[in-house]
Amino acid sequence: MPSPSTRLTPAVRSGLSISVAVGLYGISFGALAVAAGLSVAQACALSLLMFTGGSQFAFVGVLSGGGTLAAATSAASLLGVRNAIYGVQLSALSRPSPRLMPLQAHLTIDESMATATAQTDPAEIRRGFWTAGVGVYLLWNLFTLLGALAGEALGDPKVWGLDGAAAAAFLGLLWPRLKGREPIVVAVVCAFLTMLAVPFVPAGVPILIAGAGAVACWLLIERTHR
Amino acid sequence: MNALGNLEVWLWIAVACVIAYATKLAGYLLPRRWLARPWVMRASQILTVGLLTSLVVTNTVVSGTHLTLDARLLAVGAAAVALVLRAPYLVVVIVGAAAAALGRWAGIAA
Repeated sequence: MPSPSTRLTPAVRSGLSISVAVGLYGISFGALAVAAGLSVAQACALSLLMFTGGSQFAFVGVLSGGGTLAAATSAASLLGVRNAIYGVQLSALSRPSPRLMPLQAHLTIDESMATATAQTDPAEIRRGFWTAGVGVYLLWNLFTLLGALAGEALGDPKVWGLDGAAAAAFLGLLWPRLKGREPIVVAVVCAFLTMLAVPFVPAGVPILIAGAGAVACWLLIERTHR
Repeated sequence: MNALGNLEVWLWIAVACVIAYATKLAGYLLPRRWLARPWVMRASQILTVGLLTSLVVTNTVVSGTHLTLDARLLAVGAAAVALVLRAPYLVVVIVGAAAAALGRWAGIAA
């Protein structure tokens, strides 16, 4: 039985603090999901089964903008692509056992990846991953439920500025990724593409057009780098 | 949303969740040399930035298939100030909601 001082290693501590910080904003996801027209059970199902914040916000964000369920699913799926990249890095760094791997895959998100890769010692990498992964999972789901129940009780989302909360939530997810010139250029291009597309295509589709625009930007960047 | 059947919503949620899990699993199961390339990582980062930007824009100035200026613009402005001041994520979201709600209450924006 390890003593508390050895159990609370730096990786465990950073995993716990990120769990609290991130878990709490499950409350905004729950409230926004209900404001977008989902039921409390549907909001909770997304947090339990999809469990990747950006994609979940995208799913309800497209619906609240009047987009179709197919467009919501496409946007959410494209935003989840980065989790596959995390999986590659995490499977190399932490070498999960075949028994734990299916669970580790489900817990592979921005936060568990960030906590794990901030460590250098293999045991600490594993501790960081599992503390952040399990901690965020428990709190994210708890606060999704609370947020969804609160959202249901609030009534008209506009009076409480919940539509503004959605825009702020996406800006908060985007912000830390705008480091350096390339992402900023891509962001400007995709913002204009979205606004240009809006009047001409069904709701939800401009997001997919922006995704295609981002890939085009990437191709241009790759070509100029060579 | 009311026009949609509840069953249809559940069906798409199931599809989206299966895709999300399959994507995560692919990172662990696919041969490492397929995905562990610098260009794959750069492409994934750029795609994420593009999609999130588009989601900011559609949740700020888009209503259905129209561009509109309303209280959500105040929300994004206030959220940006909070982010510059290094506020935690939850504070950013609350500041955004408060700015939109106050803007409407004060009659500054629709």
